[in-house]
Amino acid sequence: MTDPAAAVEPGVDVHEHAGIGDPNAHHHTPEQIRSEMRVYITVFIGLAVLTAVTVGACYGLKLPVHTAIIVALIIASIKGFLVAGFFMHLLSEKKVIYGVLILTVIFFIFLMSLPISHHLSPFGS
Amino acid sequence: MDAHASVGHAELEILYNVHPRPDTGVYNAKLGIWLFLASEVMLFGALFSSLILLRTGADTWPRGFDMLNVPLATFNTFILIVSSVTVVMAWSQLRLGNLKWGRIYISATILCALIFLVNKGFEYGHEFREHNFPKTNNFFAIYFTMTGLHGLHILGGVIVFLYFLGPGAKMWSHDPERYTNRIEVVGLYWHFVDLVWIFLFPVLYLM
Amino acid sequence: MALRRQIRVGSQWMYADEAHKALREALRVMEDEKGGEHGGHHLPWIRRYVFSTDHKWIGIQYGFTALLFLMLGFCLMILMRLQLGWPGTAFNVMKVLGESRAPGGVLLPEAYNQLGAMHGTIMIFLGIVPLAVGAFGNYLVPLQIGAPDMAFPKLNMISYWCYAPGGLIMLASFLAPGGTAQSGWTSYPPLSVIASQGQTWWLVGMVFLITSSLLGSVNFIVTIVQLRAKGLSYMRFPFFVHAQFVTSFLLLLAFPPLEAAAVLQLMDRVAGTSFFLPSGLVVSGQALTNAGGGNPLLWQHLFWFLAHPEVYVLILPAMGIVAEIIANGTRKPLWGYKSMVFATVFLGFMSFVVWAHHMFLTGMGTTISAFFQTTTMIISIPSVIILSSLFLSLWGGSIRFTTPMLFALAFLPMFGIGGLTGLPLGLAAADIHLHDTYYVIGHFHYVVAPGTIFAMFGGIYYWFPKATGRKLNDFWGRVHFWISFVCINGVFFPMFAQGLAGVSRRLYDGGMQYAHAKQIAAQTNPFMSICAIGLLVAQVPFIINFFYNAIAAALGHRDEGLGSNPWGATTMEWAATTSPPLAHGNFEVLPVVYRGPYEYNVPGEAAEFIPQHMPAAPEPAPRGGSLLPSTAVAMREN
Repeated sequence: MTDPAAAVEPGVDVHEHAGIGDPNAHHHTPEQIRSEMRVYITVFIGLAVLTAVTVGACYGLKLPVHTAIIVALIIASIKGFLVAGFFMHLLSEKKVIYGVLILTVIFFIFLMSLPISHHLSPFGS
Repeated sequence: MDAHASVGHAELEILYNVHPRPDTGVYNAKLGIWLFLASEVMLFGALFSSLILLRTGADTWPRGFDMLNVPLATFNTFILIVSSVTVVMAWSQLRLGNLKWGRIYISATILCALIFLVNKGFEYGHEFREHNFPKTNNFFAIYFTMTGLHGLHILGGVIVFLYFLGPGAKMWSHDPERYTNRIEVVGLYWHFVDLVWIFLFPVLYLM
Repeated sequence: MALRRQIRVGSQWMYADEAHKALREALRVMEDEKGGEHGGHHLPWIRRYVFSTDHKWIGIQYGFTALLFLMLGFCLMILMRLQLGWPGTAFNVMKVLGESRAPGGVLLPEAYNQLGAMHGTIMIFLGIVPLAVGAFGNYLVPLQIGAPDMAFPKLNMISYWCYAPGGLIMLASFLAPGGTAQSGWTSYPPLSVIASQGQTWWLVGMVFLITSSLLGSVNFIVTIVQLRAKGLSYMRFPFFVHAQFVTSFLLLLAFPPLEAAAVLQLMDRVAGTSFFLPSGLVVSGQALTNAGGGNPLLWQHLFWFLAHPEVYVLILPAMGIVAEIIANGTRKPLWGYKSMVFATVFLGFMSFVVWAHHMFLTGMGTTISAFFQTTTMIISIPSVIILSSLFLSLWGGSIRFTTPMLFALAFLPMFGIGGLTGLPLGLAAADIHLHDTYYVIGHFHYVVAPGTIFAMFGGIYYWFPKATGRKLNDFWGRVHFWISFVCINGVFFPMFAQGLAGVSRRLYDGGMQYAHAKQIAAQTNPFMSICAIGLLVAQVPFIINFFYNAIAAALGHRDEGLGSNPWGATTMEWAATTSPPLAHGNFEVLPVVYRGPYEYNVPGEAAEFIPQHMPAAPEPAPRGGSLLPSTAVAMREN
């Protein structure tokens, strides 16, 4: 009795070659892996520099509150982008992960709108 | 053994535990950890949201650097970034097949994490000696709560890394690819913890 | 298409592949029995029955635990209804609460608040969600998608073992000095912050429950995305799987803000912070010494950010169950399947932006109120689409009025009433009069009680044969249905009248202390309480039916003539495996999917229904032979 299901063994090796650090390919050459490691070191230096800049600007220069908030959040976002993009290899991740994250970002925005909605509606307005 | 469901003599394996599923391109734990991180974004997001609501609604709110030790926290930020690099190096070494260097880098990550926690201990101790407790005012309430929860996440990561350094390393001998995947997955969690600190540090200390 | 080979076994004609399958299964069972209690697997009792990693057994664990909690929550409600029907009367049964709560059998107002808060908490978090998602979801989703188990079986086990202790902690709170949580299931500060110790236990219990939900939702999503069978595209899912998929996303992303809020409230209670306590608070004439500067509305925002998606968590699995039963019971595909799927996804998405319709009366400005009112009106649209599709699915169907079908059919108008009564609540102007009245209680109970719980009952009657190999007694099932249906409407329908007349909720005497409410309260409350007792009595045949058959099944008394697919269903949990399913791995061989989920009475096909995993429609057997009940073929009804 032939069973069509028995022949099924989907997806063992996926030789998709994407860009830097495709996290789901299993057969990167050692050269590719080493070049990724060089990228990580570069990113690290960038993160260290940006940290110094944030501290220097907000603490060293003692910027006023509103400016400090904007500067610090912009720099933090850049650092976050570097960590997420390179260390977490989001820049070369698959669609399904992007989908989950975009959904999360949207709901995160809703969540952050909570204090805004609260303050846009003072009593009696 | 845990990824198997068996029928008599036939073993029905849970697929895509190690190798990715072709149409999604990811293996199970990779999707799983990103989903978990999505929920963590909402958790810390809720706390950031609360912080904003409390701060904007307050009559007065101190500036972070007037109340807290910025140089120590800057050093801690740097240490955590280093730990992020070491963990991604660990994963790269494991992909190259070097268990020894992988373990060295994992140990370095753990070391950085412990330094972070010790520094946190110094910080908290200093605050308590200055009679600044969570109940002192809302600034300290949110400071202790958010850094405390973040610290617990660091501790959790340390425990998992220790497991993979110790008893968990046995997996390398019979399934190195699976072990590498697990380090990748824990690494993703670790990067997220670093990411939270990247935002937490300026928001609490520099504003 | 090729004819399937038939062989003669004794006096019966059987399809050869079916015969081989049955023979393999018989050999396996014999080997299992030969090898002793644990067959060839040698799992110690504790790993097989307590810390099992098999999704089917975990589903059953969730099911039993949840049903127990539902019964407990129901009993709390009975005590409440005794008080509401006959305020201040001494009842012997009330004495079970102890002297401090019910001296001489007369319920104290504080104790009433405890019952109210815990009734809500237990029903929602310990009863319905674990039953709908933990029990039905866990058991059925891997089977319906053709997977051997969940993606992370050990994580599944941990999820259950976060839920059960969390539930026990909630129960333990009854023993705390000052009683259990008594600030409503909504735990609004400042009241909840200054409440007695039981509230802290409630918060700790919630952290356990939220953790359980989070781990479970990760498992569900990864399983559905990664482990679905070959050929099972998203639009071929049984609707139940779509419902569970969206529900899991809601649990994943909406629960964490409540976890954060619970941590903040714990800090307020235990560490003396003032996240939710404003400055200058005076309690019983004494000014509080906390730092102040907090905001009670912060809790409300964070709480409702979860709690609104939570209500869709309560209803979506129920809609999934009803959809499955209706498609099967009408012998035709669901009408508007695609619309239902998109409506479900849209519903899940919108559920994140409507939360403040629970806060219309907190003094929000008109702009913000208008925003949330608009989104709330919009979110009614997908609900209407889903309900209408289910109604339209009945048209032209060959309806089999089985017991599960009775519950599924009753769900439709009951959810309709629940949904329609939500509309005036969602409109800010009308809500001014209806907020915090019995109208709200009537609205949400209609959706959850004759809505979700009826769907759960229907699901139990429907899938009981799958899990045990026995059917529940049909006569007593119908008795259970009819008495429950009449009584449940008797309990909840008058609440709309009470609410419109201005009877507030959470009043320990049901409104008797207020002149404007006294008359309607006196007229309706006793009647509703009698109906509630009737509802309790109606559950007795169900409980006996359930346990009798469950124990009989556990002792090995299967229903000989029942077969693996007694309802003649197309979905894989019925058609691709035995009843009960194979102990480990679910299937002989992982199925491959060739068609949609509801191929009943397909025009042009001789077979009356075609299971999802069959490449070709099965041929009917030749005349003169009898068919195995478990074969996926019956002569087409003409």
